Amino acid sequence: MTLGPTAGWRSCFAEARPEAESQPGHRQAAGSVIAAPPQDAASGPPPASAQDAAEPADASRPAAVKQLASKLAAAVLRRWQVVPAAAAVVFMGLFFVWPVGAVIHRGLGGGLGGGGGGAAGVGGLGEVLGSASHRSVIWFTLWQAAASTALTVLVALPAAGALARLRFRGRRLVRAAATVPFMLPTVVVAAAFEGVFNRLGLAGDGGLSLRHTVWAILLAHVFFNYAVVLRIVGAHWASLDARIEDQARVLGASRLGVFRHVVLPRLAPSLAAASVIVFLFSFTSFGVVLILGGPTRATIETEIYRYAIRRLDFSVAASLAIVQLAAVLALVIVSILMERRRAAVEQPRSGAPAPRGGGPALAVNLAVMAVILGLPLALLVERSLLAGGGGYTLRHYSAMAQQVSLLPDTALAALLNSVKFAVPAATLAVVVGAAAVVVVLRSAARTGRSAAGLLDVTLTLPLGTSAVTVGLGLLLVLDRPPIDIRTAVIVVPIAHAVVGIPFVVRALAPTLRSVSPRLREAAAVLGASPLRVRREVDLPAAARGAAVGAGFAFAVSLGEFGATSFIPRRPETLTAPLALFRLLGTPGDALRGQAMALAVSLMVLTAAVVFLMDLWGDARSGVI
Amino acid sequence: MLAVKDARVSFGDVAALDGVDLQVESGEIVAVLGPSGCGKSTLLRAVAGLQPLDAGEIRWDGEDLAAQPVHRRDFGLMFQEHALFAHRDVSANVAFGLRMKRLDAEARDRRVEEVLDLVGLAGYRRRAITTLSGGEAQRVALARSLAPEPRLLMLDEPLGSLDRPRREQLTAELRTLLRRVGVTALHVSHDHDEAFAVADRVALMQSGRIVRIGAPAEVWRDPRLAATARFLGHTNIVSVGGRGEVPWGRLSVAAGRAVIRSDAFTRLADSEPSSAPAPGSGWSTGSGSEMGMEIGSESSAAASGSADLVTATVSDVRFRGDRFELHLRTEPGAFQLVAMDAQPARVGQRLSYRLDPDRIARLAD
Repeated sequence: MTLGPTAGWRSCFAEARPEAESQPGHRQAAGSVIAAPPQDAASGPPPASAQDAAEPADASRPAAVKQLASKLAAAVLRRWQVVPAAAAVVFMGLFFVWPVGAVIHRGLGGGLGGGGGGAAGVGGLGEVLGSASHRSVIWFTLWQAAASTALTVLVALPAAGALARLRFRGRRLVRAAATVPFMLPTVVVAAAFEGVFNRLGLAGDGGLSLRHTVWAILLAHVFFNYAVVLRIVGAHWASLDARIEDQARVLGASRLGVFRHVVLPRLAPSLAAASVIVFLFSFTSFGVVLILGGPTRATIETEIYRYAIRRLDFSVAASLAIVQLAAVLALVIVSILMERRRAAVEQPRSGAPAPRGGGPALAVNLAVMAVILGLPLALLVERSLLAGGGGYTLRHYSAMAQQVSLLPDTALAALLNSVKFAVPAATLAVVVGAAAVVVVLRSAARTGRSAAGLLDVTLTLPLGTSAVTVGLGLLLVLDRPPIDIRTAVIVVPIAHAVVGIPFVVRALAPTLRSVSPRLREAAAVLGASPLRVRREVDLPAAARGAAVGAGFAFAVSLGEFGATSFIPRRPETLTAPLALFRLLGTPGDALRGQAMALAVSLMVLTAAVVFLMDLWGDARSGVI
Repeated sequence: MLAVKDARVSFGDVAALDGVDLQVESGEIVAVLGPSGCGKSTLLRAVAGLQPLDAGEIRWDGEDLAAQPVHRRDFGLMFQEHALFAHRDVSANVAFGLRMKRLDAEARDRRVEEVLDLVGLAGYRRRAITTLSGGEAQRVALARSLAPEPRLLMLDEPLGSLDRPRREQLTAELRTLLRRVGVTALHVSHDHDEAFAVADRVALMQSGRIVRIGAPAEVWRDPRLAATARFLGHTNIVSVGGRGEVPWGRLSVAAGRAVIRSDAFTRLADSEPSSAPAPGSGWSTGSGSEMGMEIGSESSAAASGSADLVTATVSDVRFRGDRFELHLRTEPGAFQLVAMDAQPARVGQRLSYRLDPDRIARLAD
């Protein structure tokens, strides 16, 4: 009897260990966006049955009542779980699967009112692929994404190493600050880079003009995706055993040799994961290309927008969207296959002496980071304060409250609209996202399949599906009551939620999966009813993930531009990014100041959300 | 020849190296022995160049190494967890140092073959690191360290991650191998059996200082400091009372502390004491947690001829294979001593022992 608990705990520990070991450090971060690790194949049995089994046979009367109550609770719980599951399915079906399905249908040549004999074919798609101009757009989209990825990795890798290997005060703060650009609205980033080019004299007609060149796009993409590499590769790097590098040094490798022969090969999995994500974001980048690329530089995304909104040619737009979807799907499949090849496990010994003498390296890295990430934002702020004749003024900010003919409402109203939409959008995203995670984890546990795999297949596609495709789909299907995209304001938060849900899932899934089934079993054996297990074990773990997910969804909604740009323009649906886009699109300097002021306001709002969430949620969020 | 002079390294307020002096002659194997956290790994890292010194110097054959970066020192370092490159196979691991030396492929190949042979892993060349057992990984790590023929081989708890039987077997092998290669070696360990088995000289390290250095047998026989004695596994550390002198070997000078080795006890023929302790020699409780031993004057002890007799009651018996570990409570004084005895005893039995004066060493503190 005295041996019982001890032996139990020990075996529990012994069995829990391999699980923990089979999970290299980087997976928490790196694996999560594209392909989550197959670490949780052994999710426990439903707690209800464990509770039943643990019930003593000689229950006294109160115990019998309790038992009845707990069984009742379990039954209710089982019923109630159907509700969120159904809600998730209905929501995603209605606002994601249907619209995207409609896009595919239209893109393949269907839905033209009998034009092609009613049968879906590859007519539209073939036409698009056959056209040289479309092919060049596809080619440009591919290579700018590849170049953006290479450049981002090149620029962010040293900083990832410095942040992973050097201990210094304020490391978390630096990491949180470096994450802000990733969450900034694309339109704000574009505005910031316009500012950089103007300020540094690179926008004019002089010899060195970056405006409307591919460089503008690439630089903005580096700025955007810097944090992806910094965090994913950095987390993996920190989990690598530094003594292996010491060993290589002792064996005669120079610092560069150590990096080439020993660090780089081991970083390969996270480098690949980060590259895939950066590529994906660059490939589907919309706002940045639309604004910085100018009229000459078009990607698939901007072409979809141009054909659908400017030319009202939905068929070509939909065909382009199919090309986009196919490319993303191929990339996701490749990355999942890549992730299967598991990295060797390393267990860095805690308490190893902290590396020293990294002062200069750290200073250089922080300086580079400050220039790359800080300068565009600093210039953006400066330009929002710049008075026409020199000197500084707050005039542009106060002007935000005034109506300009260009916009259906004031910039301030647009900003308030954005906040108003972000709240229901984040709520919707968290509710649906949480339900989806629970459903997938449960069904994985029941069928014994890898939950990670299921999550990947069902939930990575929304992440890979560009917002523009979602917007186009919504425009195609929501054309009659009860939800008519032309009149129903609710479409805006719904569209934002669809775009934000993958982020919620990414934040929530790892925290829920990290709850060991043994913990639930232990709670059940200690006398917790199934409901109680959920409350005491799962909820605390999920709360933080849900909060981080909500923050992400909020920020995504604040900056959402791709899908929103497909929603017909009305005063009530004018969001800050849309207003900013319109203001930036006007030639001349008259509204520049106000555009910058709006961009800064939007940036401050987003940064505050991201910053708080990042400091609170720490690296446990699996989003990046 | 390696010479470390007054080496100092501190991490924040903690002095990891607090003025370390150490010399390792060419071809010599020196083991640095100490509890975890005493700074021994930091010493190795400093010698390797992985840890810059705050003060002091490290010289090789008279040349100051301060300006020499890690990869130019031509030293070998083998870590406790082997630190093998998991993304390369056995042969590529062993060849790494040779590649860094820009040896051509053929010479590299020959050397890898040779070293793997040396450590008894011929035919392991294509094996993946992840398929190796702990002992095999340890040999590969050793082969990798030896391959570039380092001027100095450093071993940081090389056998620490192995289970006990394998550790003992490999300890013996390591000694033979290092001898055969004739490499100068600096070995760090917290296990005195391992250090004693491998090293020519043992340096005992404590809170960043080397407190005792000498041949293993000498250090064991005469640990000099109570903490050292305790670390080496001595349990019978006693305080000799202030009065008079002690007639036992090195103890014959003055009051202080001494260590009685557990093999210093010879049981007298009968289980009950044959003769009572001499009237002049009594035991009394010392102050604090240390045991105090008050022993009669040399004259009275010499007169009775029985000052080295101890009478005690057995309080615990532990089977140790070839010996019994007897925990004794001395008759007068009630001190706990531990004796290794070839014969068993039962708890409560009264026994008389004669102490071997050569196995009692005076402590300096």
